[in-house]
Amino acid sequence: MGALAQVATEPTQAAPAKRVTGKRKKWRPVKIPSRFEALLDPGFAAEIAADVPDGEDLRACIQCGTCAGTCPMILYMDLAPRRIIGMIREGARDDVVHSTTPWVCASCYSCTVECPKQIPITGIMHALRRIALREKTYPRGLPVPLMEREFVNVIEKRGRSTESWIAMKMYVRTEPTQLLRHIPLGLRLMRRGRMGFGRESIRDRAQLRALLRAVDEQPRKSAAPTSRAPGVPTPGTGGAS
Amino acid sequence: MLEPEMDPTSQPVSTNGGPKVGVYVCHCGLNIAGKVDVQAVVGFASTLPNVTVARDYKFMCSDPGQDLIEQDLRAGLVNRVVVASCSPLMHEATFRRATAKGGTSPYHFQMASIREHVSWVTADGDDATQKANALVAAAVRRVALHEFLEPRQASVRPDVMVVGAGIAGIHAALTLADAGKHVYLVERETTIGGHMAKFDKTFPTLDCSACILTPKMSQVRSHPNITLWTYSDVVAVEGFTGDFKVRVRHRPRYVREDLCTGCLECIEQCIHKQGKFEDEWNEGLGKRKPIYIPFPQATPAVVVVDPETCIWFKTGKCPRTCIEACERDAFDFEQTETFDEVNVGAIILATGFKTFDAARIPAYGYGYYPNVYTSLEVERLLNAAGPTGGDAILRDGTKPKTVGIIHCVGSRDERNNAYCSKVCCMYSLKLAHLVKERTGADVYNFYIDMRTPGKGYEEFYDRIMKEGVHMVRGRVAEVTDQARSPQEEGRLVIRAEDTLMGSVRRIPVDMVVLAVGMEPQPDAQDVRRLFNISCGGEGFFTERHPKLAPVSTFTDGVFLAGACQGPKDIPDTVAQAGAAAAEALAMVDRGYVMLEANTAWIDEATCSGCKTCVGLCPFSAIAFDEERKKASVNEVVCKGCGICVGACPSGAAQQHLFTDAQIFAEIEGVLEHV
Amino acid sequence: MRYAYYPGCSVSGTGRAYEESLLAVLEALGAGLDELDDWNCCGATAFPSVDEDKAIALSARNLALAEGRAQGSEPVDLVTPCAGCFRALLTAHGSLEERGPVARQIDGALEAVGLRYDRRVRVRHAVDLLVNEIGIEAISEAVTRPLEGLKVACYYGCMLVRPNATFDDQYHPTSMDRLMQAIGAEPIDWSLKTRCCGGACYGADPFSGTMPQATLWLGHALLSEAKRRGADAVVTACPLCQFNLEAFQERMVREFGHPIEMTVGYITQLLGLALGLDERTLGIHRMLRWHLPEREPAAVGAPAAAEGGGHART
Repeated sequence: MGALAQVATEPTQAAPAKRVTGKRKKWRPVKIPSRFEALLDPGFAAEIAADVPDGEDLRACIQCGTCAGTCPMILYMDLAPRRIIGMIREGARDDVVHSTTPWVCASCYSCTVECPKQIPITGIMHALRRIALREKTYPRGLPVPLMEREFVNVIEKRGRSTESWIAMKMYVRTEPTQLLRHIPLGLRLMRRGRMGFGRESIRDRAQLRALLRAVDEQPRKSAAPTSRAPGVPTPGTGGAS
Repeated sequence: MLEPEMDPTSQPVSTNGGPKVGVYVCHCGLNIAGKVDVQAVVGFASTLPNVTVARDYKFMCSDPGQDLIEQDLRAGLVNRVVVASCSPLMHEATFRRATAKGGTSPYHFQMASIREHVSWVTADGDDATQKANALVAAAVRRVALHEFLEPRQASVRPDVMVVGAGIAGIHAALTLADAGKHVYLVERETTIGGHMAKFDKTFPTLDCSACILTPKMSQVRSHPNITLWTYSDVVAVEGFTGDFKVRVRHRPRYVREDLCTGCLECIEQCIHKQGKFEDEWNEGLGKRKPIYIPFPQATPAVVVVDPETCIWFKTGKCPRTCIEACERDAFDFEQTETFDEVNVGAIILATGFKTFDAARIPAYGYGYYPNVYTSLEVERLLNAAGPTGGDAILRDGTKPKTVGIIHCVGSRDERNNAYCSKVCCMYSLKLAHLVKERTGADVYNFYIDMRTPGKGYEEFYDRIMKEGVHMVRGRVAEVTDQARSPQEEGRLVIRAEDTLMGSVRRIPVDMVVLAVGMEPQPDAQDVRRLFNISCGGEGFFTERHPKLAPVSTFTDGVFLAGACQGPKDIPDTVAQAGAAAAEALAMVDRGYVMLEANTAWIDEATCSGCKTCVGLCPFSAIAFDEERKKASVNEVVCKGCGICVGACPSGAAQQHLFTDAQIFAEIEGVLEHV
Repeated sequence: MRYAYYPGCSVSGTGRAYEESLLAVLEALGAGLDELDDWNCCGATAFPSVDEDKAIALSARNLALAEGRAQGSEPVDLVTPCAGCFRALLTAHGSLEERGPVARQIDGALEAVGLRYDRRVRVRHAVDLLVNEIGIEAISEAVTRPLEGLKVACYYGCMLVRPNATFDDQYHPTSMDRLMQAIGAEPIDWSLKTRCCGGACYGADPFSGTMPQATLWLGHALLSEAKRRGADAVVTACPLCQFNLEAFQERMVREFGHPIEMTVGYITQLLGLALGLDERTLGIHRMLRWHLPEREPAAVGAPAAAEGGGHART
């Protein structure tokens, strides 16, 4: 009697939402409204803002769309930069970190230069890449994330990069067929002395390794994630005069 | 703020038998009482020397509160008043009035600010009470030394000057002139009408701009109370509230205004067969001759000769066919600049705005691609009196088949002007309608937000949408001539994200119209220095209070009207001009202004005749008697700034309400109780 | 006059001809570059994707090494040919100049390994050096074989002017155009001078196989526009841009149909030709394609240096 009564008074669990496949046969009333709100992460905007200098400006976005309008890679992005900023602001973290957009970004800085609110959009894309690499939410099979991580490994170890090795590793891991397609090009480059396979390296590798380690060990003022982006200098002004 | 007037029927309160100070501590609801122990302050005040009455009340500024003061004064219980409450800016005038109504000088009053200076800024209640006590003690000691001063008046000149004759200046001038005041209307251009004279039609009614403006312009011309000075500007302003002396420069037209009838034969007969020089009135479209009139309905209808381009002035060799053509013999090539000096009681600044220079946004290609225009240029194209007689055509004379109108050019942009220019959405919709009507073109408006507040504005937007104008919600990223498809060949391409559809679009157009924002005039800083007012961060003139005093400035007697105070449309401009005229009228009609009593005076006995003060006075209020070697202050002109008082090496220069004795008393009062 | 030189990783691989031609041209003009000893990779655009603070540290090490050449209180000019390295070094210097929390962290890290950077380096791009240090006039006077009749599209790319434009206009730069005019060539006027070529996106193609690669698309847009405007060749100032535009032209044709055969060279190579240097010295034998149209042999003696560059069209 007691057990039954207990079961009866427990609140019923919400059934997990079924994926909508577009093939509804009859109208299904929604039992639990506003489920979407529960999926949002209200701290995401602050997380990004802390990781990018002047990142707080993303709260001032007026959704004008200039960033998307000027982006050369827009056709290949699943979410326009404008939408990404809007989604960051409202906390759609899951969608944003799984998006292909930060990986398609060419870092051309056109959006940052053209934004009427001077939001550091390119910097925000880089911050999203860092999160995606850390949390492994980047799109699978996409060469770029792996290439960049490989690049960083090579630099940390040797201090200089050798394009040929990195490119090869990237293709082998992701698209071996592309590698095959590029072989003729690779051969032409090799014949002309533009593709070497010697491993470039600096002498004082230990100093570089220690330097990079020391960056991690330096005390940070903010409690934000460790990888703070550098200041994006104001467009149009000299940075080194 | 007006100084209180003494009630002429009251009996002056006796000041014999020394000062009798009444202290009134205000609760200000909980604003003060919530932090300061007002009862304790009252108790403390009653122990101070000279204090005969100490009270507290919830709202001293209210009628019953003020009555307390008046009654104590009339009953002879007090002859000096201290109110411990908010700040002088809030209620010094209120309590001075109450003191005056009670029968004594309004300057027998001193305020102790225990709200702004104590309860609002102190965390601990005990500290707050102690500080309040100290301030009250200071005020009590000081007020005992206040003299019996009477409020003074200065008379206000009856005439008014309006600077700038756009729609704001015109409306203000007519309002004042109709009220019987004499108005000097000064306009820098050769014609009045301002920007409104350049427009074709106005939103939201699509009234023809000239049709509604020109009747007012001719009214101005013929009004007996308006002295219209065009091609003139203000070069110097002296004096102060109620008595400004303004020097106006008149530039020479080389044509006598009283003789010219505006027949325009001279322009026809000029030896230049066609216009060759940049036509500034038409925004650089079209050309003019050295002798010209901006448009046929210009007011006054008098031509002007430009000495920079006229052959006679450049080389001295010209048959001057213009002189021959003139049947009224109105030419006078010997004219020079002339000046006028007038005395006015009030000044209204209606100097207007300039449009944002679109070349500052290179991405839009203004000045780089020929068929990129600003909105003002398109207004001139559409205007029947403009360079194309009303045809909206491209530089090569053809009609555009597709037109793109870009909103927010230079506005809402951290790199240019962060503010919204208020009128561009409406005028962009208007231009969309007009261009579509004249050319049958396909029109696209690119906007960030559609801002259509105001009467009839949203309905106008609805109408334009129904006319089939494309509304693309997305700020344009760039205008380019790169062609990626045959349809784009030879045309301009506008690239923007259509945020409503969610995709980036490349829209080929023949003509691009940039909705440039409003900015202050380029010489706004010079003008504000002339009239001794201030400008805000973006350069517009600063009003006294953004909500409660939008037409006056911090310089009494100088008022603002129109876009020189901030971007606004015609209805708001006219409303503001009327308001400015009303406030100027109030001042001038009254005939006098009350002056602050804290003027300086010079004690002749101690004046050594060093003349240090004379040159320092910014108002030239100090006279020097060469024979007796003594300086003296003209109390009517003195504004009580205190510079001479501070500079005087012998202490001969002193100031009412700020004598050394009074100041030291205040300091001692604080120090004894801190 | 010798300058501190930061080559970057690309010029030892695909960008080899750039370094060869740059060094040869500078030598012919009486200047020289001293390679920074033990320089490390600048991190380019890949490093910030993993750790941006370390990326600044990488550049900070190079800046500190360069500063070692300083004499007295004069700043040291650090010249780099690669636009990506230019941007990385410039941005790092900018962050350090701000002296905020990032700068403090990096300074601390430098100190931990015995390095120190006093912000006394001026990061310069090679084009900046040519135009503003050596000067158009000097170059023009040294021309022996002006490239008369050669129409050239000057392609600046992103990083020379964004996010910072230190030596040229951000929207309509003219440095390379003026250099081309100085050597007798004719720079065409086009609106894609600073449009991204996609070079930083190695294979950023989420649906490879079903959608053309993004870099192909952008590269094709640039090359076809240059061709449309009548250019015989495109000159670049960045090894990544040059490679991206040169290496995939056959694939572009396969994807988009319009045949484009465009010579894409380094600006220093064309400069070198005009200065009378031979093709081998300039690394032209390393290019995947090189065809400049026949011209009449030009008169000996330099053409007058033209005023400005890039025309405003009215």
